Amino acid sequence: MSSPTLKIHDASLSFGARRLWSHLNLLVEPGEFVAVLGANGSGKTSLLRVILGEQRLTSGTVAIAGRPARRGSGEIGYVPQQRRVDPLTPLRARDLVGLGLDGHRWGIGWPNPGRRRRIDALLDRVGAAGYADRPVGLLSGGEQQRVRIAQALVAGPRLLLCDEPLLSLDPQSQSATTALVDQSRRTGDTAVLFVTHEINPVLPYADRVLYLAGGQFRAGTVDEVLNSSTLSEMYRTPVEVIRSHGRILVAGLPEMSGHEGHETNYALGAP
Amino acid sequence: MTVWHRIFDFTDYGQLLSLVHNSILAGLILGVVGGLISTFVMMRDLPFAVHGISELSFAGASAALLLGVNVVAGSLTGSLIAALTIGALGSRARDRNSIIGVLMPFGLGLGVLFLSLYKGRSANKFGLLTGQIVAVDTPQLSWLLGTSAFVLLGLALIWRPLTFASTDPEVAAARGVPVDVLSPAFMLLLGLAVAMSIQIVGALLVLSIMCTPAAAAMRVTAAPRLVTLLSVVFAVCSVVGGILLSLGSSIPISPYVTTISFAIYLACRLIGSRPNRRGPRRAVAVAARPGAPVSSR
Repeated sequence: MSSPTLKIHDASLSFGARRLWSHLNLLVEPGEFVAVLGANGSGKTSLLRVILGEQRLTSGTVAIAGRPARRGSGEIGYVPQQRRVDPLTPLRARDLVGLGLDGHRWGIGWPNPGRRRRIDALLDRVGAAGYADRPVGLLSGGEQQRVRIAQALVAGPRLLLCDEPLLSLDPQSQSATTALVDQSRRTGDTAVLFVTHEINPVLPYADRVLYLAGGQFRAGTVDEVLNSSTLSEMYRTPVEVIRSHGRILVAGLPEMSGHEGHETNYALGAP
Repeated sequence: MTVWHRIFDFTDYGQLLSLVHNSILAGLILGVVGGLISTFVMMRDLPFAVHGISELSFAGASAALLLGVNVVAGSLTGSLIAALTIGALGSRARDRNSIIGVLMPFGLGLGVLFLSLYKGRSANKFGLLTGQIVAVDTPQLSWLLGTSAFVLLGLALIWRPLTFASTDPEVAAARGVPVDVLSPAFMLLLGLAVAMSIQIVGALLVLSIMCTPAAAAMRVTAAPRLVTLLSVVFAVCSVVGGILLSLGSSIPISPYVTTISFAIYLACRLIGSRPNRRGPRRAVAVAARPGAPVSSR
């Protein structure tokens, strides 16, 4: 059996006197889906930056497929949050996917049939073949995220890093996007680290949860981490986790964790 | 003589043409460089920076004119200082625009000062602002060839990562593209290209070959290769066409170039408003969902 896709060992990260997290251990096996949840400013994005090799750890090690994290690793595919793209940006869906394949290489890069086939195959796999030639700026948020997933997968990564990919998507697109990520890890054995503040869309798929808050972390199954006593302990204030019709509602989070408040409101308002 | 004849005069055209083959070659080179550079100027949202750089380049050139040293060297110096300053201080669009807004009038003011002190031919002064392609001689042409070869090679080398970093910076950085190195590298190439263009179309009109061609191309297609190709074709048509039209007249070349360039842009806007490109702006509608954080670029 090969080495774990991602191995974080005794890792700590501080900015000056501010400690984001310390002694963090995490092992992600091929094909595993790990949701990373937590308050704003708890270091979720910094964790991704460490894995991408853009940020050094204060102490500890990070290895991807057995090798230390470094910038531009071909083992990692990255899905960012959806952003408005200028409608005039000269990029079609297929060009965005193409950049994921070889956009980091020097030179002009001439088109070739093999490259085109690969891009078409990926667009087909995420169900974006119908708008392969449309400008990225004219795609809807959900369509854009499908293309983003194709872009992240086209180079055949072992680890998919998703950084709030559901933000500013409507509920249907949120579940479609999450389902697509899930499908890719099942077919390609790609491990998934999914940073989100929208808990419910990822609940059906997450094998494990890594929760970051208040300089601490908890890792485990959804039930082990997302319960009133664990969260109350991490936030050092009474937090209530309510399960209702297969959804999780978190109530009583401190003011400072803005995004979680948003999640709570959103979840309570849902049918 | 009527005004019309002062604008268009094609008597002895054949003889004139044989005299200006240097200029036409220069126009061709400039068109190719301008067309290529302008696609990145548009992608990176730099038209205002181009204008700022050209004003500083103008200041450098007029200082050189006053001091009696090489004008090209002067414009190059001004251009590179401006390009690298803007590149270093303005990574965010907002900072960049305010820096350019501060630099530009200062450069223009310096230029006016140097030109007022200069006692030589007034055609030299006017040429820096509005262009003087007919004056291209052989040493100037070799300088132009050398600079454009450098710019073209540089662009070819960084083409793919620069496209990635310009259109999709976040993912490009995650993929290991040296976004922080590419930005000053492009500003350097841009500075050289602007200094080159100043010699021919003048400081005030650089945008017509460094912004308009790609802006026009992007109206009719989103395919990157086609945008680049069209942009080069548009720029070459504008510059060479402008030279050919202006030959017999006593008027500077720039109004011809800018008019052709603008006409192409208008035509592209008309063609680009065809229904399949307009499409419903669903991306915007989704982003505007109540409660969703407002995303910004």
